Amino acid sequence: MGKIVRKTNSTTGGPVYVDVDVDENKIVRVTPIDFTDDDAESWTIEAKGRKFSPPRKTTYTAYTAGYKAMVHSDRRLLYPLRRIGFDVNGDRNELKRGEPAAGGDPKYPGYERISWDEALTTVSSEMMRIKREFGPGAIIAEPSSHHLWGNVGYRHSTLFRFMNFAGITYADHNPDSWEGWHWGGIHSWGFTGGLGNPEQWDLYEDTLKNTDMIVFWSSDPETNNGIYAAYESTVRRRWLKELGVKMVFIDPYFNHSAVLYSDKWFSPQIGTDAALAASIAYVWITEGTYDKEYVKDKVFGFEEFKAYILGESDGVPKTPEWGESETKLPAHDIRALAREWAKNKTTLAAGGLGGWGGACRGSTGMEWARMMIALIALQGMGKPGVNMYSTTQGAPTDSDFYFPGYAEGGISGDCENSAAGIELVHRMFDGITSRPSPPNINTAAGNHIPRLRVPECIMDGHFGPWRGKGFVGASIEQQFHQYEYPAPGFPKMQMYYKYGGPHIGTMGETNRYARMYRTKNLPIVVSQSIWFEGEVPFADIILPACTNFERWDISEYGNCAGYIPGSFTQTNHRFISFQMKCIEPLGESKSDYEIFRLLAERLGIEGPYAEGKTDLDWVKQYFYATDLPKITTWEKFTEKGYVVVPYNDKRKKTPGMRWFYEGREMDTPKPGRFRPGDQVQQKGLQTQSGRIELLANSLLRFDPDDKERPPLTQYIPSWEGHHTERFKKYPLAVVSPHPRFSFHTMGDGKDGFMNDIKDHRVRVGDHDYWIIRINTKDAEKRGIKEGDLVKTYNDRGEVILAAQITERVPPGTCHSYESSAEYKPIGVPGESADIGGCVNILSPGRYLGKNASGMATEHFLVEIEKWEGGVH
Amino acid sequence: MTQQRYMVIDVSLCHDCNNCFIACKDEHFMNKWLPYADEQPRHGPRWMNIQRKERGQFPRIDCCFLPMPCQHCENAPCVKDFPDCVVKREDGIVLIDPVKSKGKKAMVDSCPHGAIYWNEEANIPQKCTFCAHLLDDGWNMPRCAHSCPTGAIRFYNVEKAEFEKIKAEQKLEAYKDEAGRNPHVFYKNLYRYEKHFIAGGILKNGDCVEGAAVSLKGVAAPGQTTNYFGDFKFDALDSGTYTIVVNGKDAMTVTIDASLNVGSIEL
Repeated sequence: MGKIVRKTNSTTGGPVYVDVDVDENKIVRVTPIDFTDDDAESWTIEAKGRKFSPPRKTTYTAYTAGYKAMVHSDRRLLYPLRRIGFDVNGDRNELKRGEPAAGGDPKYPGYERISWDEALTTVSSEMMRIKREFGPGAIIAEPSSHHLWGNVGYRHSTLFRFMNFAGITYADHNPDSWEGWHWGGIHSWGFTGGLGNPEQWDLYEDTLKNTDMIVFWSSDPETNNGIYAAYESTVRRRWLKELGVKMVFIDPYFNHSAVLYSDKWFSPQIGTDAALAASIAYVWITEGTYDKEYVKDKVFGFEEFKAYILGESDGVPKTPEWGESETKLPAHDIRALAREWAKNKTTLAAGGLGGWGGACRGSTGMEWARMMIALIALQGMGKPGVNMYSTTQGAPTDSDFYFPGYAEGGISGDCENSAAGIELVHRMFDGITSRPSPPNINTAAGNHIPRLRVPECIMDGHFGPWRGKGFVGASIEQQFHQYEYPAPGFPKMQMYYKYGGPHIGTMGETNRYARMYRTKNLPIVVSQSIWFEGEVPFADIILPACTNFERWDISEYGNCAGYIPGSFTQTNHRFISFQMKCIEPLGESKSDYEIFRLLAERLGIEGPYAEGKTDLDWVKQYFYATDLPKITTWEKFTEKGYVVVPYNDKRKKTPGMRWFYEGREMDTPKPGRFRPGDQVQQKGLQTQSGRIELLANSLLRFDPDDKERPPLTQYIPSWEGHHTERFKKYPLAVVSPHPRFSFHTMGDGKDGFMNDIKDHRVRVGDHDYWIIRINTKDAEKRGIKEGDLVKTYNDRGEVILAAQITERVPPGTCHSYESSAEYKPIGVPGESADIGGCVNILSPGRYLGKNASGMATEHFLVEIEKWEGGVH
Repeated sequence: MTQQRYMVIDVSLCHDCNNCFIACKDEHFMNKWLPYADEQPRHGPRWMNIQRKERGQFPRIDCCFLPMPCQHCENAPCVKDFPDCVVKREDGIVLIDPVKSKGKKAMVDSCPHGAIYWNEEANIPQKCTFCAHLLDDGWNMPRCAHSCPTGAIRFYNVEKAEFEKIKAEQKLEAYKDEAGRNPHVFYKNLYRYEKHFIAGGILKNGDCVEGAAVSLKGVAAPGQTTNYFGDFKFDALDSGTYTIVVNGKDAMTVTIDASLNVGSIEL
């Protein structure tokens, strides 16, 4: 072993010390960070006679602990590659994509090594040819849902800067973790800046002091870690438990948070959560145990809602007995839950971040989200101890201190497609020596292609109309705006520039994404990737990128901000990392920033793109755009590798929605504010009435007859549920949440350690199979035993999985996480069974509704049988 | 007396996050910590082996995990069977010599807990070292404990007498130590893994009954009052026959050899 040097870095699963063997250019170990005595002091909260102060240490997740095995992996792309059979000047053999030709590089079947010069020349020449032959916007860039941590290297930053200067169309991302809140919840209460999720400011202290009971509904903070915040909130939930707060879990799966905290578990039949909510509301309304004064002042449409709940408008009273018939939960349990909820000061932890994740991502996501809002409105959301709060944010750290998150654009300064316009763009660019990169094509009126419909756009050459451009954060009505592909006057796609992670494991009905590559409609596919995985082996040219451990960056733990205002309040201390270049890029791999710079050089746009700067120069410029100089110097920061933001005891504590409850002007911190133009006198919500709308004025104005998203909040049976024809053929409902042991696909596969985790993959023969959890009785009926390989299928495809037999799901329900990084068809790509574990192949590809362009992949119907096709 | 190294694992605080398992692999993969240990292969061994236990039947279930490293026994069978290859240090840590143990595949079977793994490539048996190379370098705990986010794994450097006190205060138990191997790994709330529960709910006129008095005949366990869901749960039970008494009346008799959800009892 050579000389070991300690560096710092940060990840989606927490900041870390990285001990590096500098002589051998390898990572030795990756650990959480213990604070030193000179780090700023921690907060203390007093509640119920006890004092609470967080551990002086960061936490991390398993996939972060295991990063070394992903960085140093045989699956890394170490030099540029060209697909055998792809001749840019001759036959491109487009139909052969995904079928590796014989010969070539044994490490990368179907590919041969080429020089960086050849790779860059091929890609840049094609870009220029396409612009001249077809016009602007015919090159489509599509990053993964997730990317490596770091505010400079992030997709909103480096990619957007390059994309905007190169004139590339961005495939708009749908809000894949917010869908129901975004397309549904927003119409109840606005909060567009948080994609429909409410404020969480200062709610930990309020909950610790005042709350008697928490209902975790489709919420598993120990699995999803809020988002990006590892196990920071774990200790805070333990304190709630120690103070005797009752905790009820409603989730199809007895999830990992339930393992630690659950007093009672409800597993509603999949897709019926809103029915359960309706029968809870029935108990409250008939027994008079809702907050009548609050409802009178602050809720719009209650009379219509009440008429629906009591069955006056549709003839079906939503009694607990009716609830039982839909949810399969005993009526007596529903009644007991409703009564206990009303009797106590109860907080609703709906989803993972006061919303976000879980049932909002499924076919009934919009009505689930709206019904959650209705329940907490009926109990007076905003009064002490009563809120919508998922226990993951709301730590009392200093929200006055300015350090933005990755969603605020970094070096792009793109105010259209990131939240740069809130503040960062004005601090980052003086407009003289340094300039942002305003988009020319990626504007509201420019060219668009929705990520979920990339296959249709390629295969059919056109798609639409659809409504809403991806993340619609500006106003409620923007999501009604109509688009088509190609936009009027724009050309069809000629180049697909894929940037990172696989879609086959994350989108809906994803055999579509395998099939879309195999067409002459798509003349060239470029993949810029770190690993040879997922759909990378469909590309014609592969550009090897390096990890964030091989370049410079800067970031804050748990902070994406932008669409999650105050996301930094997830962590127990605001912790800002200097992400050091720990090792030299492996092989010939390069940072994304450098790859784009080299392309920019050939495209004649290096000047505006790079402004003569290295990635480290941009990190320094970023440092000075934040409040960091108020608490440290560049020299100290880069020497120590991190800084803890001091606790601010002068900051005014403002629990989320207290202002609304008390009828005052909004006083919560600035980044979470709506644009004042949406309100009247900065009071009330963004809705037309300013109140929580159980009957949504925005929907009444736009499309009052929309059956999939009616103006009145109600239960609508799932189109992928037990009332459908599909159910007769595919009687098992699979719930498929965000995964525990990877972040999207980051962590899975890559020959990393995660493959060895018993609850993540199971080794059978030479392959690690993805897991499906099946109830004991369903397994017995089908002759399936623990560890057996099973064919899980429906009319959308087949996936071969390893069975885990469990009582953690009821009969009729199965559980299998989404986000496999591996796609391994055993025959023709897109037409054959996958042993990689992409269960999203089985999920619906359709939109939430004709007016709601979100995906619905959180649950789907299948049949399962023992796999007799042998081991691969 | 030399300070002893002990690991304490609280079964009720573990939720299978796998940080310990992965941090262990991170420490020992690609790194040779000679003379303590040779490097661990990329896949296969589980120096920290997390075992899953589900109890009960839907919907009254619980679930716990038992992270199991080498137990660092004072009377370790591996030391007894392979005295030339395995040492018991003064601080209680049991180490397999990576040079002297070459080819000794039989050592794998000497461990009653299956905590020794065969490294095919290096041709040696391997196991948890309590990260002795780090402890000797000034760390006060091994990587698994350092990475644990719930406080389920704690590490002690104390004299034996002091630890005996801790053991008694915290009601710590050894795992399957009938043979008296005297491990240096102890568990808290081990009943969650090894014992059974009987759980159910009380109903009257189709509603949950809060405040019913429920007891089990024939055990010392104190009686319970049902909660707002009418639920009761008696835990840490051995296999056997039990009669559930509700409000002073025998309601049901059950014989169990695993945890049981008796369902609803109608008054």
